[in-house]
Amino acid sequence: MSVSVLRWPGTEQVTALAEELDQRIAGGQRFAALLGRGNPATGTVLSALVAHDGGVTPLSAQLPAGVTHYPSLTPQLPAAFWYERLIHDLVGLVPDGHPRLDPLVLPHREGGELPHPGAAGRPARIEPDERALPVEVHGPGLFTIPHGPVRSGVFESVEYLVETPGEDIPHVRIRPHAKHRGLQKRFEGLDVDDGVLLAERVEGVASVAHALAFAHAVERRAPLPQAAGLVRALHAECERIANHLDVLGKLADAAGLAVAAARFGLHKERVLRLVGALCGSRFGRGVVVPGGVSGLPRLPADAVSNELDRLQRGIDGDVRALCDTPSFLDRVRTTGPLAPDLAAAHGALGPVGRGSGCADDARVTRPYDAYRWLAPPLVPVRRAGDAQARMQVRIAEIETSFHLAHHAVGDLADCDTDTLATELELSAGRSVGWAEAPQGEVVYLLEIGADGRICYCAPRSASLHNLVLFPATFVGDILTDFPFNEASFGLSIAGVVM
Amino acid sequence: MPWVLRGLRDGVVTTSYPRRADPYADGFPGTVKPLGHDPILDGRTVEDLCPTGAIRTDGGMLRVDSGRCILCGRCVVQRPDLFGWTPGSETARLTRDALVVPELPDTDDAVEQLRAELAARTRMLRRSVHVRHVDAGSDGSEEWEVLALLNPVYDVHRLGIFFTASPRHADVLLVTGAGSHGMTEPLRRTLEATPRPVVVIAAGVDAASGGLVAPGYAVAGGIATLLDVDVWVPGAPPSPFSLLHALLLATGRIQR
Ligand code: SF4
Repeated sequence: MSVSVLRWPGTEQVTALAEELDQRIAGGQRFAALLGRGNPATGTVLSALVAHDGGVTPLSAQLPAGVTHYPSLTPQLPAAFWYERLIHDLVGLVPDGHPRLDPLVLPHREGGELPHPGAAGRPARIEPDERALPVEVHGPGLFTIPHGPVRSGVFESVEYLVETPGEDIPHVRIRPHAKHRGLQKRFEGLDVDDGVLLAERVEGVASVAHALAFAHAVERRAPLPQAAGLVRALHAECERIANHLDVLGKLADAAGLAVAAARFGLHKERVLRLVGALCGSRFGRGVVVPGGVSGLPRLPADAVSNELDRLQRGIDGDVRALCDTPSFLDRVRTTGPLAPDLAAAHGALGPVGRGSGCADDARVTRPYDAYRWLAPPLVPVRRAGDAQARMQVRIAEIETSFHLAHHAVGDLADCDTDTLATELELSAGRSVGWAEAPQGEVVYLLEIGADGRICYCAPRSASLHNLVLFPATFVGDILTDFPFNEASFGLSIAGVVM
Repeated sequence: MPWVLRGLRDGVVTTSYPRRADPYADGFPGTVKPLGHDPILDGRTVEDLCPTGAIRTDGGMLRVDSGRCILCGRCVVQRPDLFGWTPGSETARLTRDALVVPELPDTDDAVEQLRAELAARTRMLRRSVHVRHVDAGSDGSEEWEVLALLNPVYDVHRLGIFFTASPRHADVLLVTGAGSHGMTEPLRRTLEATPRPVVVIAAGVDAASGGLVAPGYAVAGGIATLLDVDVWVPGAPPSPFSLLHALLLATGRIQR
C-alpha cells in the first residue's frame, strides 16, 4: 500500500477507487465501464461505472495536475483492459502494469497531441500515428494475416489480425481505430437538443437506445408524460427486432442459406418501413428528445398492431424453419463459445452475455420509461455460450419485443397524449443515463456546464464492452468460424470506436 | 417446408423501379425544402434552428443544403410555415451544389456538362456494374441501407448491379462516412487498386459534408477532400431507393 503511494504520487484516489470497485463487485455489482476525462497537465478524472439493481453509479478518482501515471486496474480487473487503452489514447494517462497498452481508438506517440475530452481546448486535427502500432513479428512458423480495414463485403471498417503462432491455436487481434470519429469531443459545447441527435449517430443501428441513454442522463429521472414513455418503448423494441433480424440474416447468409437470408432481409426491411411510417426515419431518429418524444406515431394504433402481427407471423415461421435446418445448426452449435465464468467476470452484455449465463437487462433491473409498468420479463439465459445460444437468446428477445411493442401501442391508445414532453430544468452537474440496446446496455456519463451546454459526454456502447471478448471465443478453424462468430456477436464498430 | 418453398411465400415483393414508379420510393420523406422567404426575426435567424448549418439565408432567399441536412425535422416542427418535407427518393445529384434547394444559379449548366462527361466514362457500365463499398467512418446505419439493396425488395442483381469484394473488379466506389483520418490511407489504396474509369459515390450526408459528426479532430468533413466525387447522395442515412437512384445515375441508366 505505502509502496504504491510512493511509486504513484497523487494517485491515492485511484487506489481508493480500486478498493471500492473490489468491494462492490464482491457484493454482486457489475463493473460497467472505466472512463477518463481531462488533461494530465491540468488534472484528470477517472470514473468507473457500476451497474446494480435500480441504477448505475459513477465512482470517481481525481488525479492532480502533472500526474501522468497511475497503477493499472486491469491486473485485478481484467474487464478494464480496453478501457485503460481507450483512456490512454484520448486522455494520455498511462496505466502502469497494464498487460498490453496498444492503441485502441487513436494511435499516438508520447508527446503527440491528444483530444483530452472534458478539458478546455479543441484540437483542429489529430492524425492517427501508425508508428505507435506494435510491429508485427514474423518468424519461422509465425504468420499474421491482416483482414481489413476495408473488408470483403459490405462491412464497417475494422482490421482483424489473425496470428498463427506455430502449432498453437491462432489468435485474433482487433484494430478498430480506422473509423474513430472523435465523438466525445464533438459533444462538448452542444446543447442537449443537438446532443441527442449526435447520440443517435454514435452507433447508428441502435439510434433509439443511444438517444434514450443520453436523454435519461439529461432527465435525471424526471417524471415524463406516460405517452412519451410508451412511444419510446415502441421504438426501442422495433429497433431490437430489426437488429436481431439482421443477425439472423447474416447467420443464414454465412451458412449459404440464400433463401433464408433473403427472408430475414425482407422481414427486416418491413420493420424499417414500419419504423419509417411511424416517425419518418427508418432508424427512429428524431423521436427521442430530452424530456420526452417529438411526436406520436403517425399511424393509427390498429394499423400498427396489424403490421406487428403480420410481421410476427412471418418471422415465427422462418425462425422455426431455420431452427429445423440441420446443416445450419451444425454451423452455429459449439461455434465461438464464450465461457460463462469469463462472461460473468467481464460483465458481458446483451445477447452475448445472456447466451453465457449473464441475465442482466436494464429494462428489468433498472427499468426506465414505460418499462416501469410494462414490466418485461427477463429473457431466459442460455449457458452453452456458443453462437447458437446467442441466436436462441435473440429469438426469444424478438418474441418479447413484439409483446412489449403490442402492449405499448395498446396503452398508447388509452392514455392522455396531449403532452409528449416535460419542460426540463437543466442544472449544472454530472449524471448517468442507461438504456438496453439490442447489443446490450448503453451507458452515458454526462456533465452539463453552468451555461446549460454539454461540457463532457462519454458514451459507452455494449459493442465496446463486448467486443474485447470476441478474440477469446475462437477455438476451432478461425476462417470458417469467423463469419458465424462475428454475426452472432452482432456488434457495431461505430459504437466501439466512436 | 423446404426453404425453396418458403421463398415463394409472399409472392413478388420486388420493386419494379426504375421501370415503373414505386409508391414507397415516391412517398419517402427524402428531403426538406424551404416553403417561403427568409422572415425578419428579432435577433435570431432561422439559420440557428439547424444543428448542422444546412439552412442558409442568402439575400432574403431561404435555402436548405441537403448535403448538410440530417433530416432531423426540427425546422419543419418549429417553422412549418417556412419548411416542409418533400417526398421522393430520387435525391442523388451530380454536383455538390445541386444538393441545395432551391437550386443555386448556374447549377443546371454545370450538371449538364458533368452528365455528358460521366456518360462518356461509363458507357461500358450500362449492362452490368460492380460496386465496391468502403466505410470511411460511418455510424453503421449506412451499411444497413447499402445491404438492403440485396434484399428481395430491392434485389439489385436484377439490374445487373453486383457488390464485389475486390477493388480490382470494381466500377463504382460507394463510400459512406464522414472521412475519418484513419480511413484516408485505406481509402486511397482502394481507389488506387480500382481500374479506370471509376465512379465515386458519396453515400449520405456524412460522406457529403461530415453531417453532425464534423467538425472534429478525427474527420475530414466529408470525403470530397480525399477523392473526386461523381455522385452525391443526401440522407442520414440515405435510403435504399436513394442509393439505387445514385447507382443508376452513376452508370447513366437514368438521366436525373
Ligand atoms: S431538418 Fe434538421 S438538419 Fe435539416 S434543415 Fe431542418 S433543422 Fe436542419
